Amino acid sequence: MNQAIRNTWIAVMLLFVLSLGALSYVQFFAAKDLNANPLNNRQLFKEFDLPRGAILVDGKPIAESVATDGQFKYQRVYTDPELYSHLTGFYSLANGSTQLESVMNDELTGQSQDQFFDRLVNLFSGKENEGASVELTIDGKLQKFVYGLIPEGTRGTIIVSEPKTGNILAMASKPSYDTNLLAVHSSKQAAANMKKLSDTKDLSPYRNPAIYNLIAPGSTFKIFDMVAALESGQYTADTVLKNPSSVILPGTKTPLKNFYGGNCAAIPEASFAEIVAQSCNTPFVQMSEKLGKAPYEDVTERFGFGQQVKIPLRVEPSVFPPDLNPAQLGQSVIGEFNVRATAMQMNMAAMGIANDGVIMEPNLIKQVIAPDLRVLSENKPKEFSTATSKDIADQVTDLMRGPVKRGTAVRAQVPGLDIAAKTGTSVVPCTTDPCGPPLVNSWITGFAPADDPQVAVTIVFEKIDFKTGSSLTSPNLKKILEAVFNQ
Amino acid sequence: MSELETAPVPRRNMELLLLLLALAVAMGAYYLVGINSDDGLSEEFISQGLILVGLALVFHVVLRIWAKYADPVILPVTVALNGIGLAMIHRIDLAKSDDTAFRQIMWTGVAMVVAMIVLWTIRDHRVLRRFTYIALAASVLLLLLPLIKGLGVEINGARIWVRFFGLSFQPGELAKITLAIFFAGYLSSNRELILLAGRKVGPLQLPRSRDLGPMVVAWLVSIGVLVVQRDLGSSILFFGLFMVMIYVATARVSWIVIGTLMLVGGGTFAYLTMSHVTRRIDGWLNAFDPDIYHAIGGSRQIVEGLFGLANGGLMGTGLGNGSPYMVPLANSDMIVASLGEELGLIGISAIVLLYLILVSRGMRAALGSRDTFGKLLATGFSFTLALQCFVVIGGVTRLIPLTGLTTPFMAAGGSSLLSNWIIVALLLLISHNSRRPMLSGVSATAEVATKAPRRSPGLLESIKEHKR
Repeated sequence: MNQAIRNTWIAVMLLFVLSLGALSYVQFFAAKDLNANPLNNRQLFKEFDLPRGAILVDGKPIAESVATDGQFKYQRVYTDPELYSHLTGFYSLANGSTQLESVMNDELTGQSQDQFFDRLVNLFSGKENEGASVELTIDGKLQKFVYGLIPEGTRGTIIVSEPKTGNILAMASKPSYDTNLLAVHSSKQAAANMKKLSDTKDLSPYRNPAIYNLIAPGSTFKIFDMVAALESGQYTADTVLKNPSSVILPGTKTPLKNFYGGNCAAIPEASFAEIVAQSCNTPFVQMSEKLGKAPYEDVTERFGFGQQVKIPLRVEPSVFPPDLNPAQLGQSVIGEFNVRATAMQMNMAAMGIANDGVIMEPNLIKQVIAPDLRVLSENKPKEFSTATSKDIADQVTDLMRGPVKRGTAVRAQVPGLDIAAKTGTSVVPCTTDPCGPPLVNSWITGFAPADDPQVAVTIVFEKIDFKTGSSLTSPNLKKILEAVFNQ
Repeated sequence: MSELETAPVPRRNMELLLLLLALAVAMGAYYLVGINSDDGLSEEFISQGLILVGLALVFHVVLRIWAKYADPVILPVTVALNGIGLAMIHRIDLAKSDDTAFRQIMWTGVAMVVAMIVLWTIRDHRVLRRFTYIALAASVLLLLLPLIKGLGVEINGARIWVRFFGLSFQPGELAKITLAIFFAGYLSSNRELILLAGRKVGPLQLPRSRDLGPMVVAWLVSIGVLVVQRDLGSSILFFGLFMVMIYVATARVSWIVIGTLMLVGGGTFAYLTMSHVTRRIDGWLNAFDPDIYHAIGGSRQIVEGLFGLANGGLMGTGLGNGSPYMVPLANSDMIVASLGEELGLIGISAIVLLYLILVSRGMRAALGSRDTFGKLLATGFSFTLALQCFVVIGGVTRLIPLTGLTTPFMAAGGSSLLSNWIIVALLLLISHNSRRPMLSGVSATAEVATKAPRRSPGLLESIKEHKR
């Protein structure tokens, strides 16, 4: 019997040896593969226990990781969250991360190429990897100012950039939200907050309207028309154009009219410059019949339509539809039909004209700073594209002075400042039944000073009534330029 | 077999020394959890720590009084395991802002007090032999309790719980004690008969079909538990317990062969016909298939456990520095993964070795025991502890399919603590009885049980009566 007990003990030993072998296999031999398994989200959890770099504006953090006692060692805290929500995005366990928190994740967690050497040193010194901080090109005061210009309850976006460098100085949109609500660690709380925010009218916490919302650009599209017309050599600023109150779209019986109530009704014919200043539609439609679709496709592509722009946030590509028939082209050249552009795209249009036809790559990142304050990388201005020649750009600039001096954007005038701008209004198709009051998208995009451009400004209000919209575009351009040039 | 007899030395001072060491390990673990969560010397640390120290020392004193010659290693090892388990449960509590550790320390208290009462009332394990058939009845009752409407509750798909006065309890845990008593009693009385009869086929001596009866009963109980209560772990445990005890009683390999065949047959049947077993096996074989990982009742638990173990690696993250709470049931069924993550391969190996020591000491008590009943009982108990460890660790490491067994002394859960502490008390009693000075004139016949087949049962019984 004792022999049987001894045999049993040997069997028990075998069981324990098997157990130890299995543990060794999992924890030692297979550990690397298991850690790299795509189902394994422990790495994400590890991130929440590491100091993540800050996002800085004017050297001050607008997003930073603060030590906490909770489930994780650090809590992401946003300062002035509504002001910057669409730029920083949020960094959360439950809902992932968005915007800069997402695209700059490598830098913020210390995993970027530039920090390779630091990681190597930390590996041997046993220090934990600290993330680098990301400083933005944003001007905090200007950001706050333009954010304040967008009334609560409207859907507005304002972008201010430097045409010569591509640096974005301000980019604000409403409705906005408090990113801190989504950074909470409790997944239950985060889910409840996310639901509340998603239910907010016109708000998506995942989207930055300035680079995501595709909006019919209306007459701001005429910037591209001017480039196409002048490049064709068939038009100059002085070319006299017929300005009928309406034209029949080619091949159809549908009339296209000049915008209601404008000054265009009074002038049966005028110079190209005057047509631009008053933003009359019919001459542009006739122009498109003459030029055909090719130059428009060409110009819009050079200005960035259909291309992936990264600032480094991903900008939704703007759309100039292919294969247009003449009637559709006629509508498209006044920024209607299926033409769609982001606010960023229309800002790039202004930047290109302002910078002698060369569009500098729009950019939000000034520099990446290591935890020991070394500058890891600094953004140098890069050319995005040559949109047109200096000569054409100068002529367009001159044409764009018209609307501010005597046309649709007179309310943007700042005494002593030479401003070039183009307004735009696109009609929002009625989707409700019965139709409510008619709504439009109200635009202005331009730059100043026209002869030595320092800033390019784009303002757009979506789905707003015409009167409110136009009172929020030109007058706000004036206020912004006054603020920028301290007047 | 005289070499198995140890000189009758109490060795209680050695036990005290080891016990202090064990308490230091447990309190150290608890303390580390505290400082790594910026909690330091929290109130819980002091109160729960003092309760554990107090209970362990009282238990030690009880052994000094009523089981002076008991094995000096069993209690310290058990206290160390229990304490490390408590620390880990407390650590998971901190992550989930829960209070399981408090319940666990309360249950530890209840379990240790009951164990002391068992020591005090029973004194001599052979008394239990009188209750052989009562133990069988109790086993059946305990196993049937969860099926009674209004009393039994189903948790995680297994119907093995009863709830009364707001407390839930797993009667199956106690059933493993009563079943072991029954098997030990039955086999020690009938082993001669079972051994002598039967045909020989080749090298195997086959048992008579009527002697197969108890085996069939055990097999049916196991299958019944599996089918009706949907508890794969307990089913394996009960069957393994019986197999080992009948093997030790008869020393016949034929029983193992027959048992294995029945196990394979039952297992195949279960896999083919029972959805929860099928799911377990599929989750085991294709654990990393994303569909199975994300399925309800899929492989998420085991895969997360593996990720935890891998995260710990060789050295572990350190107590309080990993994220074991990401694994479902991190403080009960999967506590091995939690320990492996934070203590590393080195730490978990040390824990496995503690179990090995405990099981080995239990088997040593079986070897030294002077009666068949004691030998069978001690072997059965030791083997259940070993089998539980293997089924849990093998399950967590994906060596075998994961089943819902508890890690003895460590996993959160009162029923398991209670039954395992009673087992420890009985092992201590058996070792005490095998090591204490023998009454005069008995030593010559003490090991007679191993050669029993040549003697008449009557004589055997009379010797035992004499000893008592």
